[in-house]
Amino acid sequence: MRTAPFPTSDLMNETPVTLSVSGCLKGIRLSIPILPGAMVFGAVFGTVCAQKGLTFVETMMINSLVFAGASQFVAMELYQAQLTYGIMLAMIGVTAAVNMRMLLIGASLRPWLGSVPGWQTYPALYLLTDINWLLSLREYGKGERDWGIYLGSGVFLWFMWAISVIPGYLAGSVVADPSVWGLDVVLPAFFAVMLVPLWKGKRQTVSWGVAGLCSLATWYVFGGYWGIMTGAVSGALAGALIDE
Amino acid sequence: MNDQIIAADWMFTATVLGMALVTYAMRAGGYWIMGQVPLTARVRRALEALPGAIIVSTILPIILKGGVSTVMALIAAILVMALIRRDFVAVVLAAVVAALCRLGGL
Repeated sequence: MRTAPFPTSDLMNETPVTLSVSGCLKGIRLSIPILPGAMVFGAVFGTVCAQKGLTFVETMMINSLVFAGASQFVAMELYQAQLTYGIMLAMIGVTAAVNMRMLLIGASLRPWLGSVPGWQTYPALYLLTDINWLLSLREYGKGERDWGIYLGSGVFLWFMWAISVIPGYLAGSVVADPSVWGLDVVLPAFFAVMLVPLWKGKRQTVSWGVAGLCSLATWYVFGGYWGIMTGAVSGALAGALIDE
Repeated sequence: MNDQIIAADWMFTATVLGMALVTYAMRAGGYWIMGQVPLTARVRRALEALPGAIIVSTILPIILKGGVSTVMALIAAILVMALIRRDFVAVVLAAVVAALCRLGGL
């Protein structure tokens, strides 16, 4: 057995993965910093839905069932009061394009959740978002093996996201422009600070450099969200090919 | 008239279910695929490199679109995180820095 490439890697840690109420509560507690930013965007989404003429039930339905903020906004850009099959397919299509990164985010959770029974993980994956992914990943890196971190934060964020549209829908616009308050940088900042504990040395430097170049090149040429895919895959491949 | 509203509602519901379904397929699909691939040392290393690569690929276009205020906010957040390792402080500071930059016209 080759263990040499991972002298200190957490991935080789065989501590069993558990699930407990206290783990779920910890997950809830850890997601509180991101809550104001997430809920303001939920409120803005509620306002968009009201302006587009959705009923309250329709607004609650799209927001709580899809549960993927950026893709909901992009899909609502395409929405017309008189839906056709063409618009329907376009809305589903942009949702798929914007959320394609979930394929990679989910893949990266395999080492963490791989030993948990599928009847528990597959329903729980419905709750997968950038936020609980980042939180789970960070805690896994610290040696956490209670996947309540993922589940607790996922359920909590889903509930808060589901109700966050209500004030925005009813009041028209609670927050006219989130960027005035700097709220649009909350999620990107949450992403960016995760890089600090993830950086270990040369392998990350090279992998992230490759990812950044591919992502930017793709973004310049095609725009949109494809750069996340090309950058992430090329960065992962670069990381896999570098021997330490 | 009433029929039209019901028809639109039905179409909307179908659209939402389609959106939820493709999103779930992405959420579960990548995880599922990695269960079919043996976790060799190289695959593990790819998965280990994946999160950082996703983060970099996601925030770089945001930074370029966001301009000076976003850059300043994220630099402040990363510095605070590197120094004191408190994500809450870093994220709040990022919002404050972005708001101040925009107030100052940057």
